[in-house]
Amino acid sequence: MKRKSSDLRQEKRNKMVLTCVFAVLAVVYLLPIFLVLINSFKDNAFVNTQTFALPNGESFVGWANYEKGLTFGNYPFLKSAFYSLFITIVSSALILLCTSMAAWYISRVGSLVSKVVYYLCVFSMVVPFQMVMFTLPKTADALHLNTPWTIPVIYLGFGAGLAVFMFAGFVKSIPLEIEEAAAIDGCGPVRTFFSVVFPMLRPTMISVGVLEIMWVWNDYLLPYLVLDRKKYMTIPIHIQYLKGSFGSVDLGAVMALILISIIPVIVFYLTCQKYIIKGVAAGAVKG
Amino acid sequence: MAKRKLDRDALNSKLIRRPIQRCFPLFLLPTFAAFCIGFLYPFGKGLFLSFCNFKTTSKWTWAGLANYVKAFQDSSFLYSFGFTALYALVSLVIINVLAFAVAYALTRGIKGSNLFRTVFFMPNLIGGIVLGYIWSMIFDGILSRYGTSILLNTKYGFLGLVILVGWQQIGYMMIIYIAGLNAVPEDMLEAAKIDGANAWTTLWKITIPNVMPSITICTFLTLTNSFKLYDQNLALTEGRPFKGAIHTTEMLALNIVNSNTIKTRGVGQAKAVLFFVLVAAIGVMQLVATRKKEVQQ
Repeated sequence: MKRKSSDLRQEKRNKMVLTCVFAVLAVVYLLPIFLVLINSFKDNAFVNTQTFALPNGESFVGWANYEKGLTFGNYPFLKSAFYSLFITIVSSALILLCTSMAAWYISRVGSLVSKVVYYLCVFSMVVPFQMVMFTLPKTADALHLNTPWTIPVIYLGFGAGLAVFMFAGFVKSIPLEIEEAAAIDGCGPVRTFFSVVFPMLRPTMISVGVLEIMWVWNDYLLPYLVLDRKKYMTIPIHIQYLKGSFGSVDLGAVMALILISIIPVIVFYLTCQKYIIKGVAAGAVKG
Repeated sequence: MAKRKLDRDALNSKLIRRPIQRCFPLFLLPTFAAFCIGFLYPFGKGLFLSFCNFKTTSKWTWAGLANYVKAFQDSSFLYSFGFTALYALVSLVIINVLAFAVAYALTRGIKGSNLFRTVFFMPNLIGGIVLGYIWSMIFDGILSRYGTSILLNTKYGFLGLVILVGWQQIGYMMIIYIAGLNAVPEDMLEAAKIDGANAWTTLWKITIPNVMPSITICTFLTLTNSFKLYDQNLALTEGRPFKGAIHTTEMLALNIVNSNTIKTRGVGQAKAVLFFVLVAAIGVMQLVATRKKEVQQ
C-alpha cells in the first residue's frame, strides 16, 4: 500500500515535469510570431542585424512600418486584403452550396452519370495543381474567369473533388426514411434538400468549410496564374511581389504586413478552434 | 423479404430517385460544369499537350515522346527529384517521430494539454508564402552573424526547409496521432499493466500496433506534402544558391513551375505529367495500405 502511494507521487511529479517542458516548448513554438511582432516595429537596418533583440530607442520606429507597408509597391495592401477576403468567402460558400447538392444527387441517384462524376471527383483529388498550371489559366482567360468576381467558379471546379467526396460519404449515412417521409408529405426534391437534408449536413459543412477557407485564403499559385496580375492581387501574391520585385526590400514593412495578414487568421483560429481541428482531422483521414 | 426489398426499391425510385433526377440541372450541373472548366478540360488538354510542341494552347504540332525524353535529360529536373526525395525522407522521419512523441505526451493527462495542442497546431493556418518569409528573416538573423545567408548555402537551405515545414506540420500530424492514441482500448493497457509490462514494452507492443492506421495516414500525408511542397520553397530560398543550370535547393514543384516559360513549355508539361504520375502512385499506395489494414481489423 505504501509503495503504491509513492508510485503515485512519482507519477504526479513526472507529469509536473512534463508540463513544464511543454510550457517551454510552447513558448519556443510561438517565438517566430513574436519575432514578426517585434521586428515590425524596427527600422529596416536593424531587422537583419538585431533580429532577436527587442526594439530599443535606436531601432524603434513606431507605426512607420505599418504606414509604409500599407502603401508601398504602388498597390494598396488593403485592396489585396479585400480581394483575398472576397475570393475566400465567395468561393467557400459556392463550394459548400454546389458540392453538397451535387453529392446528394450522386448518392441518391445511382445512375451511370452519378458514378462517373463521383469517380472523376475522387480521381481529381490526387492530381497536383502543376498538372493544369498552364492550361487552366488559358481556359480561365477564354471564359473571362480571370477576375476576383469570377474566380470562385475556378475554385469550385478545382476544389470540387474533395468536397463532393466528403459530402457523399456523409449523405450515405443519412437514413433514407427521413427523405421518404418528407416526400410522402409532399416535399419536392428542392424543398427536401434545403429543409431536411441541408440542416443534417452541418457537421460536414463545417469540416469542408474550414478546409476550403484555409486552402483559398493561403493559396498562392492558382490566383497568381489565373488573375490578371496588374489589376488584382491577393495577400500571398502581394507579399511575394514585394519581396521578389525589390532587390533590397524594406523588411520592417514586410513584417508589418505579415503581422496584419496573420492576425485575422489567428483570431479565426482561436474563435473556431474546435471546428478547425475537427475539420482538419476529418479531411486528413478521408483525403 | 425479397418482395419487401423490391417494394422499397420501387418506392425509392418513385419517391426519391426520379424527382431528384429530374432536377439534374439544378443539383449536379453547376458543379459538373465548373468541374469541367476548372479540372477536366485543363487536365485533358495538359495531358495531350505534353506530347506536343507548342507556344500557346491553340498552336501545337505533334511531337510524340520528345518532351518526355528531354525531361529525363534535364539535369536540373533530375537534381530536383533527388533533392525532393532526400528532403521527403528526412522530414518524414522527423515530423512523424516528433509528432508522435508530442501526441503521446499530451495524452498522458498532463495539465494544460489543450493549450499546448492549440499552440502546436497554430502554424498550420499560416500560408506557405508568409511562413517562408517569417523563417527567412529568422535564419538570416542568425546566419548574418557568421557573414552568410540561407540563400548562399545549399545545406542551410535544406535544413531551413526541414525546420520550417516541421514547425508547420508537426501540429497537424499530432492531431491525427492524438485521435489514434485516444482510440487505443483502455482494457488492453490495463491488462498490460497488471501483467507487469513496463511503459516501454507497453508502448511497442500495445500502443504502436493499435495506432498503425494513424501512422499509415501520417506517413503518406507527409510524403505527398513533401513532394507537392511549393510555396515554402519559393518563399524561403527560391532554389538559391544557383550552380550553373542547377538551382541547388529547388524542389520538384518549383522546377516544374520554372519550366513554364515559352521555350520549354512542352517539356514543362511533360514534367508535370510525370509529377502527377508520381503523386498519384503515392496516393494509390496509400489507398492499398489503408485497405489492407481495414481487412486485418
